[in-house]
Amino acid sequence: MDVLTLSRIQFGLTIGFHYIYPPLSIGLGVMLVIMEGCWLKTKNDVYHQMAKFWTNVFALTFALGVATGIVMEFEFGTNWATYSRFVGDIFGSALAAEGIFAFFLESGFLAVLLFGWDKVSRKVHFFATCMVCLGAHFSAVWIVAANSFMQTPRGYHIVDRGLRSRAEITDFWAMVMSPSTGDRLFHTLCGAWQAGAFLVISVSAYYLLKKRHEDFARRSLQIGLIVALVASLLQIVSGDSSARGVAVNQPAKLAAFEGLYNTTSNAPLTLVGYVDNSNPLQPRVVGLQVPGMLSFLAFHNTRATVTGLDAFPPQDRPPIQSSFMFFHGMVAIGFALPCIAILGCFYGWRKQLAETRWLLWIMVFSVAGPELANQLGWFAAEVGRQPWIVYGLLRTPDGLSKVIEANTVLGSLILFTLIYFLLFWVFIYLLNHKIQKGPNPDDLVPHGKLAIPNLTTDEQRI
Amino acid sequence: MNNASDLNTIWFVLVGVLFTGYALLDGFDLGVGALHLFTSKDDERRVMLNSIGPVWDGNEVWLVTGGGALFAAFPEVYATVFSGFYIAFVLLLCALIFRAVAIEFRSKQPMRWWRQMWDIGFAGGSIVSSLLIGVAMGNIAQGIPLDAHGEFAGTFLGLLRPYPLLMGVTTVALFMMHGAIYGVMKTENELHDKLRRWAMNTIIFFVICAAVTTMVTLLYVPRMAEQLKEHPWLFSIALLNMLAIANIPREFHHGNDGRAFLSSCATMATLMALFGINQFPNLVYSSPNPENSLNIINAASSQKTLEIMLIIAGIGVPIVLTYTVCIYWIFRGKVKMTGSSY
Repeated sequence: MDVLTLSRIQFGLTIGFHYIYPPLSIGLGVMLVIMEGCWLKTKNDVYHQMAKFWTNVFALTFALGVATGIVMEFEFGTNWATYSRFVGDIFGSALAAEGIFAFFLESGFLAVLLFGWDKVSRKVHFFATCMVCLGAHFSAVWIVAANSFMQTPRGYHIVDRGLRSRAEITDFWAMVMSPSTGDRLFHTLCGAWQAGAFLVISVSAYYLLKKRHEDFARRSLQIGLIVALVASLLQIVSGDSSARGVAVNQPAKLAAFEGLYNTTSNAPLTLVGYVDNSNPLQPRVVGLQVPGMLSFLAFHNTRATVTGLDAFPPQDRPPIQSSFMFFHGMVAIGFALPCIAILGCFYGWRKQLAETRWLLWIMVFSVAGPELANQLGWFAAEVGRQPWIVYGLLRTPDGLSKVIEANTVLGSLILFTLIYFLLFWVFIYLLNHKIQKGPNPDDLVPHGKLAIPNLTTDEQRI
Repeated sequence: MNNASDLNTIWFVLVGVLFTGYALLDGFDLGVGALHLFTSKDDERRVMLNSIGPVWDGNEVWLVTGGGALFAAFPEVYATVFSGFYIAFVLLLCALIFRAVAIEFRSKQPMRWWRQMWDIGFAGGSIVSSLLIGVAMGNIAQGIPLDAHGEFAGTFLGLLRPYPLLMGVTTVALFMMHGAIYGVMKTENELHDKLRRWAMNTIIFFVICAAVTTMVTLLYVPRMAEQLKEHPWLFSIALLNMLAIANIPREFHHGNDGRAFLSSCATMATLMALFGINQFPNLVYSSPNPENSLNIINAASSQKTLEIMLIIAGIGVPIVLTYTVCIYWIFRGKVKMTGSSY
C-alpha cells in the first residue's frame, strides 16, 4: 500500500478510536452536573453516591480521551504536513484556542472533581464539575469549528508565498462561524449528550434487571431517560437542519449520502437500500424510496431540484457506497434512539419500568446506539467530503507529508493498532469491573468538608 | 526591526514560554515516573503516583497547547519537525499514551502482574518521553538538514547523533532531579527519606551531565554560544543558571525543599532562555545549508493570525494561570491516601 492509503487508514483508526471517548466525557459531564445539582438541591445523599460512581467512570473515559487525543494533534504534522503548511494559519489557531480555553479548564478542574471530594466544600466541588463540563463543551466548539473550515471554508484568502501557496485568515469570526459550524456543533453535542445519557441508562437498566442497587438505579435511570429524550429529539431537529446545510454548501456530499446520481426535481428519499454498482454505466440505488421526500427535506418543496452526482466530474465525487451506508446507518440509529427514550419515559411515568424487562434489555444494549451513530456520522461527514481535505481548495493526496515512507507509516499503523486494541480491552475490562462492583455504599455518607451542607467560607476558616 | 517582526518575536518568546511551562510542570511528573521503579513497595509506589495524581493531566496540556501554538504561529516548523521526526514522535506518542493510561489503570486492580505491567508502562513511558524530548531539543540545537522547500532531508538514524543523545540523557537527569525534589516535598516518613537520598544522587547525576553538555556545546556546537559572544551582557543569564544549579544542593542540604524546587525551576527556565536566545531568530537551524533555515519570518503565519492569537493568549493565559495556582493550592501539602486516590 502507498503512503496515502496507509496514512488515511491510520488517521481513520486513530480518530475513530479517539472519538469513542470525548462524546462520553461531554455527555457524562452533563450527567454529573445534573446529579450533583440534584444533590445540592435535595440533599439526598444517594445523588452524592451517584455523582461519585459516575465520576469514576468519567475519569476512565477522560484518561483515554487525553491519551488518544495527543495523537491527533501530532498526526496533522507527522502524516499531513503539506496540509498543515496550507491551513496552519487558520487551523492552528483553532487548535491553540482549544488548548487554552478548553483543555486547561477541563484538566485543571478535573483534579478537584476527582480528588477534591473531601478537600473542598460542596459548592466549590459543584463549581469544579460545571467547569469540567464546560471545558469539554468548549473543546467540541473549537474542534468542530476547525473541522468546519475543512468542510465549508470561509474568511480566508489564498496567498502565494513563492515556494507554495497557503490559506490565510481574513476574518476570524467568519472562519469560526462558517455556514456549517453551528449545525455541525449542535449535531455533535446532541450526539455526545446521547452517548452519556445512554451509558447511564444502560448501566442502570442492567442493575434493575439484576435487582441490584435499585434505588440508585431508578434515580440514575430517571435522569438518564430525561436527558436522552431531550437530546434525541433535539438530534432529529439538528439532523434535519444539518442536512439542509449540506444540500446548499456541499451538494456532492448530499448526493453521495443519498446515492442520487442524476440531478432531478422531486428527488426521492431512500429509507433503506444500497447502491447497486453491478452495471458501472448505470449505477443506481435499490431500496425503499419515498418520491419527492429528499427535495422536500432539503428545500422544503417536493418539486425543488436536488443536485445529483452527474453535476460533478468523476474525480470530484466522494465514494458513494460508503457515504451512503454510513449516512443511512446513522439516520436509522438516530430514529431508533428517541423511540427507546420515549418508551422508557412512558413506562417510567406509569411506574412500570422495573417490570418491563424486554425494554430494560433493549436499554442495556442501547449504549451501543449513540456510539455507533457518532462513529458513522463522522465517517459520513469526512468520507463525504472526499476527494477534498479542504473542500474545494486542497485534495486529500496533496495534503500528505512529503518526507515519510510507506514502511514507516505501516510500522506506526501496526503499533497504534496493537496499542489501541490493548487499551480498548483494558477499558472494557475496567468499565465492566466498575459496573459489577457497583456504587460504593460508603458514599451514601459524605465525609470531609462535603459532609456539611452549604458550608460558607467563614465557617471554613473556623 | 519593524513592526512586522515584532509580533513574530513575541510569538517566538511565547512558544518558548509555553514549552518552558511544560518543562517546569510536566518535568517533575515525568521525573517522578522515572523514579517509580526505584522502590518495590506497592504502597510507596501509590504515594508517588498520587503525589502527581491531581496535576499531571493539566501539566501535559502545556505540551498540547505548546504544540497548538507552534502549529498556529509557525506552521512551517510544526510541519517540518513533526513529519521529519516521524518515528521519534510516534515513539513519543506511544510513551505518553502508556504513561497516561498507566496512571489511571494501575491501582484499579489488585493483581501483582497487573500493577507490575502498568508500573513498567508508567516508568518506561516517563523515561522514554523525557529522553526523546531531550533528543529533539539536541537536534534542533545542533541543526538538521533541510532542503530548499524547508522539508527535512535526513533520516531517523541520522537524528541519533552523539550530541542530541547527550542532551537526551541530560534531560532525563534534569527531570529526575526535579521529580525527586518534588517527591521530597510531597511525602513523609520512610519514603520521604528514600526520596531525599535519591534526590542527592540525581542532583550529582544532573550536575555531571550539565557540565559535560556545556563543554561539548562550547566545543562542538559553537553556534549555541554565538549570541552570548556578541552580546556579553547575556552572560548574566548563564551566570544565573549556574547560580541556580549551585543553589539546589545548598538549599536541599539546609532542608529548604521548597526553595530547592524553585531553584530547579530557575535552572530549567534559564536553560530554556539560553537555548532560545542562541537559537533566535531561527526556529529550525539548517545544517549543512544554513540558508534553508526556518526562522521567525519565513516560517510564520500571517500577521493577522499572530494578532488574533495574541488576543486569544492575552485572554486565556491569565485565566489559566489563576485557576492553575488555585488548584495547586487546594492540593498543597503531603499526599494523603483516600478512597479516590489512584
